[in-house]
Amino acid sequence: MASQKASLFKRITKHHLFFPLVCLAVVLLANVIKTPDFFVVSINGGVLYGYVVDVVNRASELVILAIGMTLVSAASGGQDISVGAVMAVAAAVCCEILSGGAVSTSAFQNPLILAVLAALLVSALCGAFNGVLVARLKIQPMVATLILFTAGRGIAQLITKGQITYVRVESYKIAGGYIPGCPIPTPIFFAAGTVALVMLVMKFTTLKLYVEGVGINSSAARIVGLNSVRIQFVTYVICGLLAGVAGLIASSRIYSADANNIGLYLEMDAILAVALGGNLLSGGKFSLMGSVIGAYTIQALTTTLYAMNISSDQLPVYKAVVVVIIVVLQSPKFNQYFRSFREKLHPGNSVSRKEEPSS
Amino acid sequence: MKKKKQLSDTSFLLMVTVGLFILMYAAGMIVFADKGFAKPQMFLNLFISNAGLIVISCGLTLVMITGGIDISVGSVTGLVAMASAYQMEVNGSGAYTALALSLLIGLAFGVVQGYLIAYLDIQPFIITLAGLFFGRGMTAVISKEMISVKNETFLAWAKYKIYLPVGTTNKRGVFQPAYIYPTVIVALLVLIAVAVMLKYTRFGRRLYALGGNQQSALMMGLNVRRTKFYAYTLNGFLVGLGGFLFFLNSCAGFVEQAKGLEMDAISASVIGGTLLSGGVGNPVGTLFGVLIKGAISSLITTQGTLSSWWVRIALSSLLCFFIVLQSVIASRKKKSM
Amino acid sequence: MEETIILAMRGITKLFQGVKALKNVDFTLRKGEIHALMGENGAGKSTLIKVLTGVYPMDGGEIHLGGKKQAVTIRSPQEAQRRGISTVYQEINLCPNLSVAENLFIDREPRRFGMIDWKKMNQRSGALLKSLDIGVEPTRQLGDCSIAVQQMIAIARAVDMQCRVLILDEPTSSLDDDEVEKLFQLMRRLKEQGVGIIFVTHFLEQVYAVCDRITVLRNGELVGEYPTAELPRLKLVAKMMGKDFDDLAEIESLKEVKKEHEGETPFLEAEGLSSRYIKPFSLRIHKGEVMGFTGLLGSGRSELVRTIYGADKPVAGTLKLNGRPVRIDAPLNAMMKGMAYLPEDRKRDGIFADLSVRENIIIALQAKRGPFRPMKRKEMQESADRYIDLLQIKTAGREIPVRSLSGGNQQKVVIARWLLTDPEFLILDEPTRGIDIGTKTEIQKLILQLAEKGMSIAFISSEIEEMLRTCSHMVVMRDRQIVGELTGDDLTQDKIMHVIAGGEAANG
Repeated sequence: MASQKASLFKRITKHHLFFPLVCLAVVLLANVIKTPDFFVVSINGGVLYGYVVDVVNRASELVILAIGMTLVSAASGGQDISVGAVMAVAAAVCCEILSGGAVSTSAFQNPLILAVLAALLVSALCGAFNGVLVARLKIQPMVATLILFTAGRGIAQLITKGQITYVRVESYKIAGGYIPGCPIPTPIFFAAGTVALVMLVMKFTTLKLYVEGVGINSSAARIVGLNSVRIQFVTYVICGLLAGVAGLIASSRIYSADANNIGLYLEMDAILAVALGGNLLSGGKFSLMGSVIGAYTIQALTTTLYAMNISSDQLPVYKAVVVVIIVVLQSPKFNQYFRSFREKLHPGNSVSRKEEPSS
Repeated sequence: MKKKKQLSDTSFLLMVTVGLFILMYAAGMIVFADKGFAKPQMFLNLFISNAGLIVISCGLTLVMITGGIDISVGSVTGLVAMASAYQMEVNGSGAYTALALSLLIGLAFGVVQGYLIAYLDIQPFIITLAGLFFGRGMTAVISKEMISVKNETFLAWAKYKIYLPVGTTNKRGVFQPAYIYPTVIVALLVLIAVAVMLKYTRFGRRLYALGGNQQSALMMGLNVRRTKFYAYTLNGFLVGLGGFLFFLNSCAGFVEQAKGLEMDAISASVIGGTLLSGGVGNPVGTLFGVLIKGAISSLITTQGTLSSWWVRIALSSLLCFFIVLQSVIASRKKKSM
Repeated sequence: MEETIILAMRGITKLFQGVKALKNVDFTLRKGEIHALMGENGAGKSTLIKVLTGVYPMDGGEIHLGGKKQAVTIRSPQEAQRRGISTVYQEINLCPNLSVAENLFIDREPRRFGMIDWKKMNQRSGALLKSLDIGVEPTRQLGDCSIAVQQMIAIARAVDMQCRVLILDEPTSSLDDDEVEKLFQLMRRLKEQGVGIIFVTHFLEQVYAVCDRITVLRNGELVGEYPTAELPRLKLVAKMMGKDFDDLAEIESLKEVKKEHEGETPFLEAEGLSSRYIKPFSLRIHKGEVMGFTGLLGSGRSELVRTIYGADKPVAGTLKLNGRPVRIDAPLNAMMKGMAYLPEDRKRDGIFADLSVRENIIIALQAKRGPFRPMKRKEMQESADRYIDLLQIKTAGREIPVRSLSGGNQQKVVIARWLLTDPEFLILDEPTRGIDIGTKTEIQKLILQLAEKGMSIAFISSEIEEMLRTCSHMVVMRDRQIVGELTGDDLTQDKIMHVIAGGEAANG
């Protein structure tokens, strides 16, 4: 019986969603302790209220970004730090087209569908730009995406002519607000929808297998006929596109395009979400659900920190510390030290690392 | 037998950089002559505005030679300014204390980041990205409002003009000498010191070796970990110093200060001929990289109608161009081997 | 004689996880001697070198330097270097971004007042290079020099560091004939200076051109040490492959029918095909034929098949399949044309360590089908189970990450992967390496069955018996080119060894 119990425990702890769920649980616990009515949900004026509703709502853009970041991370072992800037660019393109170039408008000057498609196209192009640099020119992902990280907001500023462009149209606010008659905030639907869409894509294509293959062993991938350049390129385009979607949602919330602030610091959150989701930042096997859970965890963490009266300016400190801790724990060198430390405490117990014999 | 190269790739890249600067500046002198672009002071202003950046870029060049990178330099600069301002204005310390504090903060970042990168083998990008966020956040923790410096010693340092024998004669026939600030002297001294260190000390050559081929350096008996660690520590010190120089320009600490400075420093290094892959870099080239950035800034400001965001865009485009150029040269080399 | 022995290794034993990689090996190096260290895969050459240079600690035995009675312990590569043992590896361990002079003197540059004295460094470099007749400017960037020159500079560095024992680990793999000659001249010069050189290589011709003595290892044991002049090629080959030339027995063939292929259009026809790594070759393989590729390690067998498969890009020559010319410059092309390739290096090119057994098995077939036709779960499970059963893959389940399987079972997974794609042409590069005897025989039977059904097979193995049992045609390679083809009655151990050895084999 004991061995059965032991193996169930092992199966639970070894599951790839164990780590992200534990992190989420810890953060939720911290929240409940700080704010006892954290889980209280009420309906007021036809709309849901409550801390937990807020967390799930605000995490929507992050969830969408995290999906793209997971794919990029898995396929190329590096991260795309331009996603925040791409969000700003997408928002800028959309709002400018809707306002017809004016700084503010109260009616669509051009069809909404045109603005949205243009914004998504531009963000996909940004992704393609990154993709060419990383996949084709083999430039380190973080260095390549550094270019748009800096230039992106400048481009967004140029598009909005240095102003914050407002679109004061009720229907524009829906994406970031509420569908009339629906108590659930729309961004939640977008996030869920994106997750569902990507999962469908993964079901009806070989995306997961190809990305993991390329990320785990690119020379073996080549031998079995996979084109790593193409696969990595595609992940960057997807990441850019998803950043565009997130940018549109963010823009809809504030019914404007604020090139300076949309998506600010979200790239860090996205990377954190991927890491918290149990995914190795060095690439390979990935779990989308893990990253999604990680995204909600980060948002819940942000809420905890706000509850502790830490302002948004100061948040980055805590996030930085968490990232460092996770990355250190994931590093092979640290694991080596840890294992040899455990060896010293319990000699002979732990499995010693295999020396690789070569002839 | 390999073809004899007339010009090594690094010299080629450096020539492109210097040439680009001369081209830009000359163009500016011609196009904007009426707006005073041709005055010597204009040229010296490049140094004055960018003294801090010169020092910081030198540090970054060091780290990039080893094949690493540090994107926290901008936020550390902001932190240094805020901390120093706070120390002087709120805690009433003197300017020298502020200087010491700046150097210490820089060193602290250098030591922690250096340890994680050199001894735990963690990717420099993610560690210094965390450093970037840590620095930005800490700046806000210290104070959310801007702190202007009123400390007299500090302001004296900031405003002390050193006059030079060159200058312009204005319409009334009065000779107006050009001037620089002490920060420029410090920056140039640091530049020379770093250049000498890189060329004439074993430590400097070790940086190149380790950046060129880490495995080989290890097999040749070099202590790779320790060298890397020292590189980041030294960089931290230079960021502290450069940050202080930057602070002498702004005379205030505020939350968004020096945002994007890391991009300027990296761009300056890369445009100055430092290879992202490591093993190649030259502070003199970096200096020209900084001057190019300054020239772009001056040109756009003088032009007057273009938004200042164009500076960032122009710089990013140049960076992109040089990165791609480096990549093309590297792959051509591989093919011919 | 004793005073001239500069290195004596006695009874060296090294274990990895309980497996003996070296068993009681002796090695002796004399002053001014060029000594070849030879052996096939798994022989223990590289382990012996790593023990000598302090990379691995040894589990038994002693090392004596300079004829001294007291044994030494070498704990690190730096310590080995300090004791005068220097190694030049196949991957040049120099920094291409630094100048020649800097590479010679890195970390020990001459200084004046604490600053590096470049002039002195360049002068000393120039003198050193001249003394070894290496014609390159000390100020030249290392990356601009050819591999051959880089290698000589690596040797020059070792020499300047007063090495007494110089280990050259496969130095000639990337050199052309002229460059090899220059390297030999340098080696002879060092010999005159009294340096002892350990030359690890698998190029037979080179061993006979420049070495004084040969030590042969096999399966971690010392086979013997011989003066080169007293060991003819054939005997050397025999010792390396573990055959005693005097009583090579005929091995009975399990083949039932000898297929006649006269007049038939060959399934695969390569003409003058070459890549960066292999000289132009021509080859004909018929449908249902098992063609064996034999030769010593490093003779170019893997490079040849990789070029056919497109894993290495072909630079010249033509390839025809069923009479029609085809262009294959990437693995996917080859796969779509019905080819399959089991690579030699399972770890690097074979397994996806973190993916499950199932995923590893179906991945090639999936790649053929393309990204928009994912295999259904059921199909994947059935396929995986089928092959787990067929090849007796020992695994706790098909969803276990392949990382946790033993080497032999991992190999079976990769074989399963390719069998699943139902190829017309299957390339097997050392498929039975690391597999137990029982399964080896299974695989040989499988090969025959597949050939019976019409599959053409290219079979590379270091074990001649298993090839003799399965192949109807053998191609012999040496030093990166085809040196002979054998078929029919010529398929005997004798004849094969003769062709491999070449040279004065007649003086056996």
